[in-house]
Amino acid sequence: MNEEAPNEETEEPGEVEEEGSEEQTVDLPTERRVGVFVCHCGSNIGGVIDVPSVAEYAKTLPGVVHAEDNLYTCADDGLKAIQNGIKEHNLNRVVVASCTPRTHAPLFQSTCEEAGLNKYLFTFVNIREHCSWVHMKEPEKATEKARELIRMGVARVKLLEPFEELKNPVEPKALVIGGGVSGMNAAKSIANQGFTVYLVERDVELGGFVRLLNNLYLGGGDTRETIQPLIDDVASNENIEVLLSSEVKNVDGYVGDFDVTIDANGEDKNVKVGTIIVATGALEYIPDGLFGYGMYDNVVTLTEFEIMCRVKKLPPKVRSIAFIQCVGSRGQKVSYCSRICCNVATKNALNIVENYNEMLGQLEDVESVPVELHAPEEVMQRRRRRRQRPDGAPRSTEERRIAHQVEVYVFNRTMTTYGVEHELYYNRARESGVRFIRYKYERPPTVTREGDQLIVTYYHETLKVERKLAVDMVVLSTPLVPQEDAKDVSQMLKVPLGPSGFFLEAHVKLRPVDFATDGIFICGTAKGPADITESVVQGLATASRAGSLMKKGYVQAEVLTPQIDMDRCIGCRMCESVCPYKAIVVKRGDRGLKAEVIPAACKGCGTCGASCPMKAIVMSNYTDEQLTVEGISSLREVPV
Amino acid sequence: MADFEPKIVGFLCNWCSYAGADLAGVSRFQYPTNIRVVRVMCSARVDPSIIMEMFLQGADGVFVGGCHIGDCHYITGNHYTEKRMKLVRKLLEKAGMSRQRFRLEWVSASEGARFAGIMKDFVELIKEIGPNPVAGDSPDMTKMESLFIAKNILEDFRLRALVNKQVEFLERGNVYGKKLDEEELDRILYDALSVEFDRAVILWTTREEPLSVRAISEATNIPPDRVLDEIANLRRRDLIKLDRIEGQSPLYVSQGFEV
Repeated sequence: MNEEAPNEETEEPGEVEEEGSEEQTVDLPTERRVGVFVCHCGSNIGGVIDVPSVAEYAKTLPGVVHAEDNLYTCADDGLKAIQNGIKEHNLNRVVVASCTPRTHAPLFQSTCEEAGLNKYLFTFVNIREHCSWVHMKEPEKATEKARELIRMGVARVKLLEPFEELKNPVEPKALVIGGGVSGMNAAKSIANQGFTVYLVERDVELGGFVRLLNNLYLGGGDTRETIQPLIDDVASNENIEVLLSSEVKNVDGYVGDFDVTIDANGEDKNVKVGTIIVATGALEYIPDGLFGYGMYDNVVTLTEFEIMCRVKKLPPKVRSIAFIQCVGSRGQKVSYCSRICCNVATKNALNIVENYNEMLGQLEDVESVPVELHAPEEVMQRRRRRRQRPDGAPRSTEERRIAHQVEVYVFNRTMTTYGVEHELYYNRARESGVRFIRYKYERPPTVTREGDQLIVTYYHETLKVERKLAVDMVVLSTPLVPQEDAKDVSQMLKVPLGPSGFFLEAHVKLRPVDFATDGIFICGTAKGPADITESVVQGLATASRAGSLMKKGYVQAEVLTPQIDMDRCIGCRMCESVCPYKAIVVKRGDRGLKAEVIPAACKGCGTCGASCPMKAIVMSNYTDEQLTVEGISSLREVPV
Repeated sequence: MADFEPKIVGFLCNWCSYAGADLAGVSRFQYPTNIRVVRVMCSARVDPSIIMEMFLQGADGVFVGGCHIGDCHYITGNHYTEKRMKLVRKLLEKAGMSRQRFRLEWVSASEGARFAGIMKDFVELIKEIGPNPVAGDSPDMTKMESLFIAKNILEDFRLRALVNKQVEFLERGNVYGKKLDEEELDRILYDALSVEFDRAVILWTTREEPLSVRAISEATNIPPDRVLDEIANLRRRDLIKLDRIEGQSPLYVSQGFEV
């Protein structure tokens, strides 16, 4: 490659000027006629900068045929002035020097378009936020700076080229990856909007994580009964093709035009879709080695406990259960709070104290007894003592009832039963005798076994003493963690994972179910811990986002895309590797390997341009030449 | 030097640092007038060679602003900016300029005060360093030549390929799936940079008249054995050729630079 270096180098010394003059000869038929409109913005700019003198200066710049100052360029008469200027002076380039392009560029661009000027032949110069407002005490220097900023804008605008906007069709079909509640809701909603949906689930049936659970908090219904109507709806919807025992193998393409290969029960199936929804869900963290998990019988996770409740296989004779919250989360194995476990643990604690008779009746039918419960007499005495009031008097009926049946302890760092109704459940749990015991991060409880008795040793934060509690079962509330193959899915779709391994949305506040890559959306626990309500909401949100894309039927392709000089491109794949959007691909064609831009996928960042080792990529509207000339113009006038 | 007003060119990304500068304005945080901002969509659009060109043209300082790592509007754009800008600093040093003339900062859209603070600080710093030696009526020709050479090697294949692959090697691993150490990669990069710089200097020095190895060594401060090595390398690629033999010394002339 280096052989080419000297030739390049020989061209370098006068690169800017040379290319500039080249540009001029090519474009001579369309002489640059620049109009400059300088805004007073009331006194915002005019109070610091000598606006009329700046406009006068603008007139002296080469190529400028008209310059004027307006009180408010963004007001009706200001916009009129631009349009009149374009007509009267036959302007083919417009510079507005006023506030920030981040808010006002679209307004002035559409004004130009209305007057028949391509909106990409417009340049914005910021003399308010970047000048008058930040140099209020130095009016002379600020005026000087405004002049130079306009000089830069004029130099830039003369190099701009017009662009036409393109539309790409969107295939009216969607792919939903994952058949849990969020995925099913998304699929159902999209199908009801009239679009075809492929719902891919790798399990043998629909339902996802929720299928494992016993009942639902806030409503309390049996989980399977609750979601069965949804499953039936989805399965019977004629617009939804449910693919069970299937996985997505490969995804190519871009928004509106994805080519998807699905391993459908062992057979390859190719489909074309316009949008993709990721609803791959999450897993429960398995706390191996923490709090005796995996070492002692009857130490289980929250979900395992739910499964035991559902299949009625709780070990009999369980008379006291300790929940331990925040196992592995909030700064231990994972940094985040899994949010739902406080509510879930409260629900289970209430289940136990309120329905224990019912649960017990069935529990005693269970044959296998995983754990023998023969607590040492000493321990039993301690427990008996604890069940009495300190004065030895018998407890109230309510207290006795619970004490007689089952005791529930919830060890927590903080109980956060977030949600409107949920705090009431927490209160009810407390009233029902569930004991919430706080522990600090620095001194978590420990679970040991004495004989066959599980012992929770904890530090009582109020009494400041270490205490021991004999329990029959320990339930560990562990966080939801990302799917093990989330990384593979993220690489396949070229969408990012966050630091915790969950999928990362485009914007945490404003675009919570979008990916940065257009046409791909995210919902449910694949994005982070969420309860069923939230998963449904997110599923429906993605359906709305995907639906609106498909309803519209087209996407506006990015106009300012890189342009590739096929003579220079050597197909080295550097651009392909740096592109965050998969929007530039190297393909073998008649002339060997060459890069190719997919405008529908491109976002116009231009990093490919700065990466190309052959300098074969020209980034539209932000070419090296334009940036260089604009930069140099801040130092002195560049003759063009 | 009291009345020295540095000329600073800034390249700010549209989404974070440009917006941060806007916020400085909205909040009326005052800072010196020296910076002239060029807006780009992403800091990764800023080709390192453009920055060298700014210095060649006489900018006293160049500022590049991007989103904080992890916040890039284009996901990973600023990862590349960070790596590419290492080359700029290293080459400024090679050219005998203060590396502090170039500054890369991550400024978010909410850091208006910080933007203003950085501007004050940077202007102060440049005032201390003094005017760009290649600017003005009597430019330092040696430094100008070095900058010119630096710009050329930034546009050449090897450094661009290496620096852009760095992110991939760090984040995704090499073809064997092995993730490489950043320090190790930097060492490879800087070694390549030194070699490329020396080669370009040799080519530049011999562009007009044929010189012997000793003469090249004296003119460039590169040890004679290294000069000989590089000449052997360059000859293989027909970038330099043997012009004639004078006495016992072969004289070489560059095939690359024509001025």
